[in-house]
Amino acid sequence: MSTTCFKTLILCGLLSSINYTYSQYSLSGRLMDDNGEALIGATVKISSLSLGTSTDIEGNYLISNITNGQHNVVFSAVGFKTLTALIDFNENVQRDVTLFEDALLLDEAVVIGYGTARTKDLTGSAVIVKSEDFNKGSVTTPEQLVMGKIPGVKINSNNGAPGSGSTIRIRGGTSINASNDPLIVIDGVPLDNGGVAGAANPLNLINPNDIESFVVLKDASATAIYGSRGANGVILITTKKGKGNKINVNFTTNNSLSTVVKYTDVLTADEYRQVINEFGTQNQIDNLGDSSTNWQNQVYRTAYINENNVSVSGGIGGVPFRFSAGNKHEEGLLKRHELDRYAASLNLSPSFLEDHVQLELNSRFVHTDNFFADQGAIWASAQFDPTKPIFSGDTAYGGYYETLFAAGGNAGRPIPLAIRNPLGLIEQKEDVSDVNRFIGNARVTYNTHFLDGLKAVVNVGTDMVNSNGTVLIPHTAASNFQNGGFQTQYDMEKSNQLIEGFLNYSNAEQGGDHRLDLTAGYSFQEWSTMSPSYPGLNIAGDTLNAPGIPTDTKNALLSYYGRGIYSYSDKYVVTATLRRDGSSRFSPENRWGWFPSASAAWIISEESFLKDSDLISFLKFRAGFGVTGQQDIFYDYPYIPNYQEGSVTAQYQFGGNFVSTLRPDGYDYNIKWESTASTNIGLDFGFLNDKISGSVDYYVKETSDLLATVPVVAGTNFTNFILTNVGSMKNEGVEVNLNLGLLNSSTTKVDLGLNASYNKNTVTGLSLVEDTSSLGIQVGGISGGIGNTAQIHTVGYPTFTFFMYEANYDDEGNPIEDQFTDFNNDSVINIDDRVRSGNPNPNWFLGLNLNASYKNWYMGTSMRAELGAYVYNNLASNYGNLQAGNSTFNSSNIHSSFLTTNFQGNTNEQLLSDYFLEKANFLRMDYFTLGYNFGNSLSDKFRLNAALTVNNVFVYTKYSGMDPEVVGGIDNNIYPRPRIYSLNLTFDF
Amino acid sequence: MKKIKISFLTLLTTGFLFLDSCSKRLDLAPPIGLSSVEVYADADNYEKVLAKIYAGMSLSGLHGPAGNPDIAGIDEGFSQYIRVLWNLQELPTDHAICRWNDVGIPEMCKMEWSADNSFVKAMYSRIYFQIPIANVFIKESSDESMNEKGFTEEQQNEIRTYRAEARFMRALSYYHAMDLFGNVPFVDESDPIGVFTPEQITRTNLFNWIETELLSIENNLLDPSSVPYGRASKAAAQTLLAKMYLNAEVYTGNSRWTDCITYCNKVINNGGFSLSPSYAELFMADNHTSPEIIFPVCFDGQYTQTWGGTTFLICAAIGSTMDASDYGMNNGWNGLRATPTFVNIFSDSTLDSRWKFHTSGEKVIAGDTVMVVQDVNIGEVLTNCPDTSGYLVGKFSNLDQMGNPGSHVSLSHSDTDFPLFRLADVHLMLAEASLQEGDQGTALANMNAIRERAYGNSNHNFSTVTLDDVLDERSKELYWECTRRTDLIRFNKFTGSDLVWSFKGGATDGTAVDDFRSLYPLPTYDIVNNPNLSQNNGY
Repeated sequence: MSTTCFKTLILCGLLSSINYTYSQYSLSGRLMDDNGEALIGATVKISSLSLGTSTDIEGNYLISNITNGQHNVVFSAVGFKTLTALIDFNENVQRDVTLFEDALLLDEAVVIGYGTARTKDLTGSAVIVKSEDFNKGSVTTPEQLVMGKIPGVKINSNNGAPGSGSTIRIRGGTSINASNDPLIVIDGVPLDNGGVAGAANPLNLINPNDIESFVVLKDASATAIYGSRGANGVILITTKKGKGNKINVNFTTNNSLSTVVKYTDVLTADEYRQVINEFGTQNQIDNLGDSSTNWQNQVYRTAYINENNVSVSGGIGGVPFRFSAGNKHEEGLLKRHELDRYAASLNLSPSFLEDHVQLELNSRFVHTDNFFADQGAIWASAQFDPTKPIFSGDTAYGGYYETLFAAGGNAGRPIPLAIRNPLGLIEQKEDVSDVNRFIGNARVTYNTHFLDGLKAVVNVGTDMVNSNGTVLIPHTAASNFQNGGFQTQYDMEKSNQLIEGFLNYSNAEQGGDHRLDLTAGYSFQEWSTMSPSYPGLNIAGDTLNAPGIPTDTKNALLSYYGRGIYSYSDKYVVTATLRRDGSSRFSPENRWGWFPSASAAWIISEESFLKDSDLISFLKFRAGFGVTGQQDIFYDYPYIPNYQEGSVTAQYQFGGNFVSTLRPDGYDYNIKWESTASTNIGLDFGFLNDKISGSVDYYVKETSDLLATVPVVAGTNFTNFILTNVGSMKNEGVEVNLNLGLLNSSTTKVDLGLNASYNKNTVTGLSLVEDTSSLGIQVGGISGGIGNTAQIHTVGYPTFTFFMYEANYDDEGNPIEDQFTDFNNDSVINIDDRVRSGNPNPNWFLGLNLNASYKNWYMGTSMRAELGAYVYNNLASNYGNLQAGNSTFNSSNIHSSFLTTNFQGNTNEQLLSDYFLEKANFLRMDYFTLGYNFGNSLSDKFRLNAALTVNNVFVYTKYSGMDPEVVGGIDNNIYPRPRIYSLNLTFDF
Repeated sequence: MKKIKISFLTLLTTGFLFLDSCSKRLDLAPPIGLSSVEVYADADNYEKVLAKIYAGMSLSGLHGPAGNPDIAGIDEGFSQYIRVLWNLQELPTDHAICRWNDVGIPEMCKMEWSADNSFVKAMYSRIYFQIPIANVFIKESSDESMNEKGFTEEQQNEIRTYRAEARFMRALSYYHAMDLFGNVPFVDESDPIGVFTPEQITRTNLFNWIETELLSIENNLLDPSSVPYGRASKAAAQTLLAKMYLNAEVYTGNSRWTDCITYCNKVINNGGFSLSPSYAELFMADNHTSPEIIFPVCFDGQYTQTWGGTTFLICAAIGSTMDASDYGMNNGWNGLRATPTFVNIFSDSTLDSRWKFHTSGEKVIAGDTVMVVQDVNIGEVLTNCPDTSGYLVGKFSNLDQMGNPGSHVSLSHSDTDFPLFRLADVHLMLAEASLQEGDQGTALANMNAIRERAYGNSNHNFSTVTLDDVLDERSKELYWECTRRTDLIRFNKFTGSDLVWSFKGGATDGTAVDDFRSLYPLPTYDIVNNPNLSQNNGY
């Protein structure tokens, strides 16, 4: 475009505004809610005149310079139903307006990826959760804010370590070996799912207090705009921004104590003595100690958590801003375990050229310091002989009692394969890291001068992480005595750069029955990870472990996308999207893929026959279909033949020299993305003026070109297993969401949210050729016998189905040792007799959220239940027998299940007995909070809100182990989830 | 208007150029490592790839002792070539039992393996890891290929020798495939890497192919006198040929005794090898100095680290009252034992230097009489073995002849090389083949050469020998050296009930085993993946 042309356009714009300025009136009044409370920061707009304002702290507004004639005036406030009034201006008008709460947020703009849409225009399955509905209490990592809130979205914390991550599954997993994690996008910047060395979980590098809302896109018609990354759903996180002109200062402080809820069920010292004296060998009896040590009490503690956040938001000189800073100090239940997080964020949203150019700058920086306690102590504390003392009485090995060689050349030295003193493990390991993460983006929106409703958006984003850590174990520690101690270090740098631009045209501002919203854009994103490899040294500096191959890897995604939303008369909406993705992870022939979707909605309640219904206030039918992909395969160059050089410890002797080795890696030139075709049918409803509202969805997702790590045809590659596109999988499910406004008076409010999700996962193909003879892919490694696995992927069954021997029981219902059902009657108990039964994923998962207030008091709770999943008690199977107490290298404790089973030995078959497979059904109360809103009753200077919260209040389950919520279904020394008691104080100045 | 059009076009063109340049940004190559083309463009890299082909028998991956493994689906230490070969050749025989309950081990001891046994799969995977890597190397080192790359004559000469060695290593793995699995998939340097299904070759045809290969490289390999230690010489190929001929009847149905004699004589007469003065030093940390070893698989505490190989053979055998420091290691793993059947063939334990059983405590062997200390039941021994039962074997050691331990900083990995081929085996092969040909004199001479070294004098020499004597002598001389299964099959004693030992067939005292167990099954996954393959009988 030439400059002349541009200047002309600006001139035209100026002229037109001059033309209409002859007779002017004003509009003023007050906006309030149905209780008469002022609505602050609500908007009043006259689009036809490009005029608008916000209400002040009293709810008052004033618009001047209104020209003569009839104009549509739009009154809107976040969370309220928008009101449009046609007002005749031939004098100054005064108008007080009451807005009604919009339980369904129908007019609210929802972030949907590359733009926003009105809730009522959504044709796919998208759910928004806002900060006021987040889970309360001590929450360190953002995804746990919405645990149990969203049907179809299953979030399980991996364990109870400070800042530990979660497993998020949206409508089941679509893959076997590629990622099943949803795409997470923060303020338009898609994050990468990979881990960070030295961080328990990369998401804990985002301060949960800065988050305004989560939008979860579940079906392909909603996620196809993210193309090859949409198959597992998309979570869009929007952070808090400043608004208005007044400056608000908010300070919150949260102090918590966290406690152990339950210990691993092993024998007490007295029980152990009794068992050994009765059943043990003479050696074992001789070896009994005189002490009574509860080792689990020695390694766990009641821990303290402190969190403070301050935010300043509002506008300075017309520039909305928000600044926040926070720190969190979290102690883990395991002694010495600590996480310290320092977070700061700044958002600015200035506008220029009469709002034609809007700039949005988001930046957030987090620094964490971690001290990782040796988690080997969890296992050791369950297994260490309880009759042994904590301290030996002399100074060797830090003074801790250790299992030593009794005789021979190594006498007095620790037996290397023996269990180490649990407290010694913790006290004699310094494992620290610090991690920095910066996420920022700058978005420029240019609302074009030449075409109303057309805007151009450019978004540039970055996400950078660097971390480093060191591990030091002194030479006196028994765990590394033979090596002379141990020390190593690591560091990692990750970078994720985004540039994208899109054009959006919307005629919404012009009114009318035909609404059109068109978006077309381009995006390029590049991720890189670098991590050098350091040797492991002993304290004297001798190399124990040679450095390996450093990490230096990069991948890029180039995309074009388009979306059209057309709605007619607010009744009929159709949406179509198309994305084309090119990924550097695949060969040029397989690099590009198309990801289309189409969906439609019919808002039945807008039809004349329902419009005036007292019963049905809202009814919408949705249907959509789309194809999405998955390219997150953990390797960046799977199609390229590459030779790598071995470490210094992997050389081969030729004569007097050692020659380093060069090895080709296996590769699959034909690898490409998985694609998932999904169909979604849904109904949104509101009854009795939306007092009862909710939605029902049915979906089916079929994944083809499933990526699985499968055996290579012998002789055809440089490895025996390769990740390749071999199979197919199906997920089918139903989700129900129900929100009940049980009470809503001026003093009392009770809201109940219920959700239920059902998902059925089935592997429908696992090999390139028709296969009836092979078992499937055995997975799910367990402890006890190297190479034992408890699960299997088989065609016709869910992924990770348990694969076990069927135990036989005596007349009293106790399992008979080493007796299993010989299903094929061949008198041999072998793998052919193992049965597929149950899997670690629940059929049903349910959520309940209750919020109530009475005057200034309020309470809230959130509960989750999972039904139909199974968990394998690997601690009982491996240590619930007499032999466990007679380890080759030392005496060790026995799991209490021995007292019931009286199992003597432990064969591979016994280990895999389905006696140890239990139902994992549970009901957990994630939090309960009780608060009082003091307002400014204590002081004019601030308002105070105080709350007491308990996290992880209770778990109801029949599972015999410590905690039924085990990601992956194999229960083996999980870091216990704490129960946390918190006092939270919020000050608004 | 025209102006606008032009600028619009310019914009469009710029846009497309920009997008095109972005599309090029998807062409990313790994910053670390070398592409196949880069590797073979540089003559210096050939030695490193050849080193990997050799190291495929001693290292389990690219990061010794573990990390970045060559094959997956099994614990990396378990997957080491010699360790799985040892499990397949020794565990189902009277030589060894293992008291661990790790997946697949009890089945090996009881001879009840299935086509999904993890060690069966690992052995097969190891073999078919070696072969494709050698294939590519062989292809890239042809004269034609080297000329194309413009290598100098000196470089070409050196690489030609490497090429012969790569062909030897490939033949060795195919020999293991033929011996263990019989009819197997066949690929050579003319096959691609990628998606295809190799044809199955019959055991006889594979025998012929290996024989042809070895005969054609015999003269391209270096002489034993000039070959750098660790690499395969002419004598290595000749020993392998002798082993093939010795077992030819098993593999092809036709015996080849005279060819066996010819090749044994080549090694004995031209190789320049001699029997080590002491039996023990063949299995010690400095056994690279032994004059007897024809072809070793090398291990080193500093530079060639693995959890398999001799580290496994030393540590897994140390248990109960054995003191790890007596074997130059920091630790024992308490797994491997010998069966009473095997111990009983030593009729004169105090005098035979090959008697390497641990003798203290309850395992004391009084005088010259073997006392079976206690009968152990199968459940105990195989999965729940008290430390006091079974016979402990201290054959391999990480001490050198001076009594100094190996070079690893904390004595976790051994320096001891595994003697894959050694002269004593050749003498015994010559004795056996000569007996088969009716030449008692040669047989006697070769048998007594071994006896004299074992006893240190000629007092225990044979005056006549039978084939059964040869088998027993091989057992005593070569136990735990990966030949027992092959020997028993040749003597029809591996399956059936002719010879039973504790736990054979899953019974405490041993029982008959079906003949089909003489071959291992092809792993189920490959039968499924490759429709050209048919499974061995019985599986």
